[in-house]
Amino acid sequence: MDAATVPTTGIASPRSMFASSGVQALLDQLDDELIGLAPVKGRIRDIAALLLIDRLRAEQGLQSTPPSLHMCFTGNPGTGKTTVALRMAEVLKQLGYVRKGHMVAVTRDDLVGQFIGHTAPKTKEIIKKAMGGVLFIDEAYYLYRPENERDYGQEAIEILLQAMENHRDDLVVILAGYRDRMDTFFSSNPGMASRIAHHIDFPDYDQDELMHIAQLMLRNLNYRFDDTAEAAFERYLGLRRQQPHFANARSVRNALDRIRLRHATRLFATDTAPTRDALCTLYAEDVLASRVFASD
Amino acid sequence: MRITQGTFSYLPDLTDSQIAAQIDYCLDQGWAVGIEYTDDPHPRNTFWDMYGNPMFDIRDATAILIEVNACRATFPQYYIRVTAFDSTHGTESVVLSFIVNRPDAEPGFRLIRTEEPGRTVRYSIESYAVQARPEGARY
Repeated sequence: MDAATVPTTGIASPRSMFASSGVQALLDQLDDELIGLAPVKGRIRDIAALLLIDRLRAEQGLQSTPPSLHMCFTGNPGTGKTTVALRMAEVLKQLGYVRKGHMVAVTRDDLVGQFIGHTAPKTKEIIKKAMGGVLFIDEAYYLYRPENERDYGQEAIEILLQAMENHRDDLVVILAGYRDRMDTFFSSNPGMASRIAHHIDFPDYDQDELMHIAQLMLRNLNYRFDDTAEAAFERYLGLRRQQPHFANARSVRNALDRIRLRHATRLFATDTAPTRDALCTLYAEDVLASRVFASD
Repeated sequence: MRITQGTFSYLPDLTDSQIAAQIDYCLDQGWAVGIEYTDDPHPRNTFWDMYGNPMFDIRDATAILIEVNACRATFPQYYIRVTAFDSTHGTESVVLSFIVNRPDAEPGFRLIRTEEPGRTVRYSIESYAVQARPEGARY
C-alpha cells in the first residue's frame, strides 16, 4: 500500500499512545525516583518516542528498522549509571524493544578469561545470558589494556562487537565508566565507538539535588531529619563536596548510613524504651559528630 | 521412516520460530535447556551425547537457538534434540524434549528374528543406518 493513500483517521495520536502504552507512567516514575539527571531523562524520553513512532510507522506499512540502542554512560562515581541502566532495561521492555527486560551487570572479570581459549566461551556465555535484555559492562575501559599486547581483553571486545552487530535485536549493550578513560577507550577501539549510537553523560549533582536524594533515601528507609538535622546535613554536604573522593549519591548514602549508626548508638545510651518517633528521627548531633566537621 | 519421539513429534518438523516459542515456554517454567545429538535412532537409545553444557541462567530463546544452529552446523546429518531439565526437588529429570534436526535420509528399521530353543522367536529391530557401520559413519 502506498503510504500517501493511507487514511489518517482512526489512528491513535502519538500522545494517547504514549499514555496508553504505560511508558508515560514509567517515565513519570523515573522522574519521581531519579533526582536531577535532566540530559539522561531527556534521552530516555527521545528513545521512547522514537520506538513508539516506529511502531506507528510499522502499522502504516512504512519501513521501520529498530534503531541501534547500544549506549555508553559516562559520569563520575555515584551519578546513577547503574541505576539508570536497570531502569533502561525496564523501559525498553515496556516499549517492546527487548523481550525479557532483565539486566546482566558484568565487569572485566566476567568477560575475560585467564588463559588462551578461555575468553571466547566466557564472553559468549555472558552474552547468551544477557540475550533479550541489557548487558551492562561497568568500567568497560578495563577490557582494553594497551600496555600488555597479549592481554585477552581485546578478544572479549571483538566478540562483543560481533554480538552487538549480529544480535542487535536481541541485546542492548550499555558500557559505563568515567568520562576521560572512556574517551581513551573509544579512541583506541574505533569499532566500538562507531557501534554505540548513544553517548550519555551523567552530570554531577548539585547541592539541592543531593539534598533531595538524601531525603528520598531516608524516606525509603523510614527515617527523617528533624529541622536542625536537615540544616546540619546541608552544611555537611557543602563541606563533604569540597573534599577528595566525593562520590555524589554514593557518598550521600554512606553518610546516611554512618548517621544511622550514630543514631542507633545514641538511642542505645538511653535507659527508657525509645518511642516510634525517636526510632525514626535523626538529630543534628548525629550529623555533627561526623569527622567532616572536625576541621571547622 | 521418519523417527518420531518427544513433544509434537507427530507434527511436521518445527520451524525455528516454533522452536523458539517452545524454548521460551521451557525457560518460563524455569527449566534448564540442553542440546543432545546422536546418530543411533534406536528407540531404546536414551543416552544421547550432549552438545556443550546444559544452559542454566539463560532468559531468552535466541541464545539457545544460536547453540542449536551451531550444533546443526557441526552435525548436519545427526538427530539433534532439545531437552528441558526440571531441577525441582523430587522431579530432577528431563521433562520435555523434541527433535530439532534429523538426517536427510532415514532408512528405517530391519526386523530381526532370533530363533530360540523350542521354536520360540524373539524379535528385535535394528536401524539400517546403524547396521555394521560405526558411530560417526552412519548417515
